Amino acid sequence: MSEVLRLEGLTKSYGRTTVLKGIDLTVHRGETVCLIGASGSGKSTLLRCVNFLGYPTGGRVYLEGKLVGQEVADRSGAKTMRYRESELCAVRTHVGMVFQQFNLFPHMTVEENVMIAPIKIRGLSREDARKRAELHLQRVGIPEKAKAYPGQLSGGQQQRVAIARALAMEPAIMLFDEATSALDPELVGEVLLAMRKLAQEGTTMLVVTHELGFAYNVAQRIVYLHEGTIHEEGTPEQVLVNPQKPRTQEFLRGVTTFRMPEPKLAPAEQSNRGEER
Amino acid sequence: MAYIWNFHFLIQLGPLLLAGLVNTIKLWAVALSCGLAIGLVMGIFRTAPSAILRGIGAVYVESIRNTPGLVLLIWFFYALPILTGVQSSAWLAAVVSLSLYTGAYSAEIYRAGIASIEVGQWEAARALGFGYGNQMRYVVLPQALMRMIPAFGNRAIELAKATTLASTIAFGELLYTAKTIAEDQMRPLETYTVVTLIFTAILLPVSYACVWLERRVANSNGGTPRE
Amino acid sequence: MALAAGKENLGLMPYDWNFSIVLRYLPRLLEGGAYTIALSASSIAIAAPIGIFFGIVRHQRIPYLLPIAVIYIDFFRTSVALVLICWCYYALPVLLGINLDTFTAVTIAIGLQSSAYMAELMRAGMQSVSLGQWEAARALGMPGHIRLRYIILPQAAVRMIPLFFLLVIEVVKTTTLAGVVTYPEIVYEAFRVATDIYRPIETFTIVGLICFVFLFTLGRVARWLERRFAVVER
Repeated sequence: MSEVLRLEGLTKSYGRTTVLKGIDLTVHRGETVCLIGASGSGKSTLLRCVNFLGYPTGGRVYLEGKLVGQEVADRSGAKTMRYRESELCAVRTHVGMVFQQFNLFPHMTVEENVMIAPIKIRGLSREDARKRAELHLQRVGIPEKAKAYPGQLSGGQQQRVAIARALAMEPAIMLFDEATSALDPELVGEVLLAMRKLAQEGTTMLVVTHELGFAYNVAQRIVYLHEGTIHEEGTPEQVLVNPQKPRTQEFLRGVTTFRMPEPKLAPAEQSNRGEER
Repeated sequence: MAYIWNFHFLIQLGPLLLAGLVNTIKLWAVALSCGLAIGLVMGIFRTAPSAILRGIGAVYVESIRNTPGLVLLIWFFYALPILTGVQSSAWLAAVVSLSLYTGAYSAEIYRAGIASIEVGQWEAARALGFGYGNQMRYVVLPQALMRMIPAFGNRAIELAKATTLASTIAFGELLYTAKTIAEDQMRPLETYTVVTLIFTAILLPVSYACVWLERRVANSNGGTPRE
Repeated sequence: MALAAGKENLGLMPYDWNFSIVLRYLPRLLEGGAYTIALSASSIAIAAPIGIFFGIVRHQRIPYLLPIAVIYIDFFRTSVALVLICWCYYALPVLLGINLDTFTAVTIAIGLQSSAYMAELMRAGMQSVSLGQWEAARALGMPGHIRLRYIILPQAAVRMIPLFFLLVIEVVKTTTLAGVVTYPEIVYEAFRVATDIYRPIETFTIVGLICFVFLFTLGRVARWLERRFAVVER
């Protein structure tokens, strides 16, 4: 498997507080990696460093094997990275981002939301962009809402449009920043199903989530972040079912105190539900 | 042709300008105090449960705010003697019109401030057995006033600017004094430049203070200032 | 003027209101109103482009231009309209060594002052677009000018429309000061009518009403727009 994203010793601090303390992480093509952890553990910050909405303070980011930024020596001789905005713009077109708050452009229709970046940045014709938008709206299951405005959609629909908007740039990797945290509970399912469908289709995904059920069922790898470091990492089985570190155990006890019985659904039936919608 | 600047006469006539400035400040202070008082009453009217009071407040605010200050000033200049029988004076007309003007704008500040207090605060006070007056007096106004301070600062600046209107009815404030000096000395450039600078020197720091206050108030309310 | 005996001891002189004579001069007042509108329009025509430009500079913190924008905005924001008008009419011609007609002088004064308000409005409009919008645009890889042109400015513009109307109202009110330097706008015209017919109170009552109706209507339009666009926003 070829690697899509590699982080080496990534650090990020705001003034004196260090949020990320040296993260090493590799995401391979077609892989879904879930980042879990308590709030303040640096999950979202990590994601924002990957597409440079926040600049890393130290360490390197490789996208599809290519180092982002130029390495320069500062006055004391230590190596630091310098990032040019024009390069970062190009990098971001290869990294799709889905935000907690959807952040759809309210003055454009759903279709235009999906089309704007391919037209203005990739230079697609309106016709090609429309075809592409149609395709990706189909993938997230709401082709019929193309002409609606975001304000007319439910939160779940809006978030799926946001996913389509990011997909339309055909990025090498998709980042999901707590994509379901701002949704009403009954709308979480449709977004998670859309995300699982993408994962099954082989989309490379780095997902920050509190939905451990989703993480368990969809991710190939789970990364547990604690106070800015990777505390535990492994398959869903290893991290979520048999965590080795006390911190991880404590975290999981906290979020899984009450549980309903597992739904009695055959695996095939479960994956079909995604298509039905 | 290069103009030869000469500020010498202004130094000699400094006391005159200073007297004008003092008159400006007097007018400003009196109109501000009266205006804030009128505004408080009208602002409470505008948020009152009674439709009649709300109506009175609305008519007052809308009629003053939609009339140019100059028209208001001149109207009172001519109308005051008839309405009250008092001998007309530029000072009185200026005080009355500027007070009413400030009153209308500050009524809106009070109203917005009172409206910004969450319904929960009113309900909590009512649940404790406070009547409307006491809810307003002890719970709502103290919280609202904090949020209003920057807006009042801006109002005070606007009022300071508006005092120059009184020059049109020959009240001897700063601009009027400057006008006489400029005509007397045939040196409008220096005179008006100095007056412009005097106003900037006073109003700019005050305006910065307002911006600073605004930020502090926003912070203390848990709001996050952008960028 | 008829004297009513009962009110004499109160010191009140009963005033014999006479509006009909003023109404005969209404065309002249309305002509003044037309001049007022012309002056407002030309002032806005100056204020809008300058204001939009400096507003963007200020919000985007564009290097080199930013300090100019800050000084410009802060100076004109705290300047006094009447003083500026006097300065432009009496002092500016001396400085430039040319003659300025009242229209030009007042347009410059009010235009420059209003441009500072316009810049603040622009900045506020851009700031009102949520951080998430900026981030979403950045995350899609949009460079700065595309972000502004397609994502931020369209949204900011919609929000600014009602506030822009309030600015127009302020400008119209400010133009009534132009009479001080003999520009024939409505208040100046009112003075002349009032001296012609010795009816200052009635004249200015009528002028006040004309202004009120005009400005009140503008204000209602602003409110209507605000509500209209607020619905689309949701």
